[in-house]
Amino acid sequence: MRELSLNVMDVAQNSVRAEAKLVYITVTESDRDDSLSITISDDGCGMTQEQVSQVIDPFFTTRTTRKVGLGVPLFKLSAEQTGGSFSIESSVGVGTTTKASYVKSHVDMTPLGDINSTVEILIRCNPDIDFVFTHSTDTASFTLDTRELREVLGDVSLDTPDVLDWIHQYLIEQTQIIYGGAN
Amino acid sequence: MKSLAELQAIRDRAKAGINLRKENPNAAKVLVGMATCGIAAGARPVLNAFTEEIAKRGLTDDIVVTQTGCIGICQFEPVVEIEIPGEEKVTYVKMTPEKAVKVVNDHLVNRNVVTEYTIGAAD
Repeated sequence: MRELSLNVMDVAQNSVRAEAKLVYITVTESDRDDSLSITISDDGCGMTQEQVSQVIDPFFTTRTTRKVGLGVPLFKLSAEQTGGSFSIESSVGVGTTTKASYVKSHVDMTPLGDINSTVEILIRCNPDIDFVFTHSTDTASFTLDTRELREVLGDVSLDTPDVLDWIHQYLIEQTQIIYGGAN
Repeated sequence: MKSLAELQAIRDRAKAGINLRKENPNAAKVLVGMATCGIAAGARPVLNAFTEEIAKRGLTDDIVVTQTGCIGICQFEPVVEIEIPGEEKVTYVKMTPEKAVKVVNDHLVNRNVVTEYTIGAAD
């Protein structure tokens, strides 16, 4: 993957397939600590301990259209190749939390890329799922919580074009703020 | 700054307008393959190109863009399927944002399949 944001889109898809109702995506960047971490946490169907140990194996997948599943292995590799770490915790009926931690300055660090686009597409394509996206830097942080938007919108769907445009602009503005005004 | 008040205004406008968008049975469907293979091959800019072009032409009520999983032809990703009610499904392969714009114009608007981008032409 050329951007970590693409890994996030890919792995978040597992949450969708696990029939999650609520998905947390948290990106924490720190130049001070030379770190970046990405956590994807859902309340989907979860996995057994056996399945958890299998998902990091590229030749394990629950799908039937092909025999390999590279989503989680690629995400894991992206973190470990920077000297970072990777973990998955899951329990059946409760949900799954995937966390990747990176050493930002490492030569093999993949750029985060357009994480906002990932969040927008997830909302657009899954308007019935709630997403809580938090992005923070050393100086500031913001959260987009679709549950709050839903409260204002009533029965107007999140994938209404004007709403998606509002989300797009909101993410741009907030991202500029947490990066210190210049982006 | 984007405010929740603005969102409230959007809600009121949406409610005043046609709110049957979801139930439009004649809406065409654009399905973009967004499994690992599709994403790695560049599906995201393709999906964005479709949504932008469709919005630009004011067709958001008539065409639904959504994602789908891997359909097993990873070597042809990014793959896009077009479903128009009453017509045969068309599968486009090795898509790019530029091709997406042409598919909107030729296929979705003018109903002419862009044969050279289809899986039949790639085989």
